[in-house]
Amino acid sequence: MPDDVKVNTKRMSMIVTKGTLDWAYPPFILATTAAAMGLDVTMFFTFYGLTLLKKKLDLEISTLGNPAMKMPMMGVHMVMPNLMSAMPGVDAMATTMMKNLIKRKGVASIEELRAAAVEADVKMIACQMTMDLFEYTMADMIEGPVVGGAATYIETATKSDINLFI
Amino acid sequence: MATQVLDVKGLNCPLPILRAKKALKDMPTGATLQVLATDPGAVKDFEAFCRATGNALLESTVEGKVYSFVIKRAG
Repeated sequence: MPDDVKVNTKRMSMIVTKGTLDWAYPPFILATTAAAMGLDVTMFFTFYGLTLLKKKLDLEISTLGNPAMKMPMMGVHMVMPNLMSAMPGVDAMATTMMKNLIKRKGVASIEELRAAAVEADVKMIACQMTMDLFEYTMADMIEGPVVGGAATYIETATKSDINLFI
Repeated sequence: MATQVLDVKGLNCPLPILRAKKALKDMPTGATLQVLATDPGAVKDFEAFCRATGNALLESTVEGKVYSFVIKRAG
C-alpha cells in the first residue's frame, strides 16, 4: 500500500477497451491524475485496451470512422474524410501527424504516462479471456499487471467511488 | 528554507500536476514549492489538487503567459 493511503481513501476503477493512440490518453491521464490526488486506482484492460500493456507500444490512429477528427493543419482545422483511410499510407501519416502535434504541444507520451501510472502504484489487471482470444501472453506485456476476469473487476468496482468505462 | 522551483512551462495536462506531485513527495513537511506553468488549465487543477491532497495553495498568480503556484507541503 502506498504510504499516503488513508482509511477514507477514494477509489477509482476503469475498464479500458480501446487501443488507438487517441483513446490511450483518457485512461492514463485520469489514472495518473487520480493517483496524484490520493485515489486508489485500478485499471482493467480488455479487448483492444490490452495493446496498451505491451512492452513496445505501437499505437496508431485512423481517419476512418472519426467524423469529429479535425486536425489543426496549415492554420485551419482540416476534416479527415473516411475514404482517405482506404489509401495506403494515410493512416500511418495521420498517426505521424498526431505524434508530432503531441510532441509540439508539450503533451506527455503514452510511454511516459504509463510509466507514471506504474510508479504511482496504479493497479493494472489484464483480462484473461481477451488475452486468450488474441493469443497474447503476459511475456508480451510490461512488468506489473496481473490477470483477472470479470468477477475480479466487479468486486473492485463494488468498492470504488468512481467506475469508468473507456 | 528556500522555496524549490519547478518549471513545467510548455507542458500540458496532466504533466504539471504529475511533476508537482513527484517533487512534493521528496520534500519535507512545511517546505514550499513554486510551480511555473503555461497551461491555463493548471489554475483550477492546482486548486483541486491541493484540496484533494491537503497541501496548501499559498499563492496562485499570473504574469503574462506564465502562471505561478506556491504550494506548502502538508504532513
